[in-house]
Amino acid sequence: MKLSDVVQIVNGTVLCGEENLEREVLLGFSSDLMSDVLTLLADDILLITGLSNNQAIRTAEMSDISHILFVRDKVPTPTMISLAEEHNITLITTPYSMFRSSGLLFKHGLDPVY
Amino acid sequence: MQLEYQVNSGDFANAGKVSSEIKKILKQLSFSTSHIKRIVVALYEAEVNVVAHSYGGSVSCHIAPDKVRLDVIDTGPGIADVELAMTEGWSTATQEVREMGFGAGMGLSNIKKNCDYMSIDSGKDKPTHMTLIFEV
Repeated sequence: MKLSDVVQIVNGTVLCGEENLEREVLLGFSSDLMSDVLTLLADDILLITGLSNNQAIRTAEMSDISHILFVRDKVPTPTMISLAEEHNITLITTPYSMFRSSGLLFKHGLDPVY
Repeated sequence: MQLEYQVNSGDFANAGKVSSEIKKILKQLSFSTSHIKRIVVALYEAEVNVVAHSYGGSVSCHIAPDKVRLDVIDTGPGIADVELAMTEGWSTATQEVREMGFGAGMGLSNIKKNCDYMSIDSGKDKPTHMTLIFEV
């Protein structure tokens, strides 16, 4: 699915990286544990997380993840947003929980990493 | 090419800055994305360890055409039992570190998985010196 579909499905708001909404996303991974995200071999997944701090952005940067969906209306700080912009990472926020977001995206065809 | 960086204890706001700088340089040198990912994922885990567990330290990065060597050196307090620390799931992380998304005892084993050579020289109340070598 396209990143714009993700935004629509989870009733999301794009915080930065609007220019990337036509990108295809094939895989999703939901976690608040960045060490677990850092073990993933797949590139360019959608990271779904409730962890809103600099480490979420840094982890995405190191793991070549270009899109992060923050659940439960977690609002990234201005520092996080500018860090994401610097590394061309799209940030989206949704009012839905991690469970609901993951379930909806899975139902619409976003594949799991495992 | 030899690069040197300082890493400050407890500075979670900047944890990952050194890894980010080195990633930028490796990209400029046109290393493959898969090699870069292995190197920076391992380095980022090591950098977070220095921020989270040590009194502060440094990262030395030596880049050659066929290999990258990282030396991550801190000023203590050391790892009493390195073998135990390598066990997946074993951790001494504080609540603060866990709130950052780390501290599940996965870091050292993930570092090992990503490099071609790893050594840790440490001990109770001693500095820790981690050497990582990546064939590229």
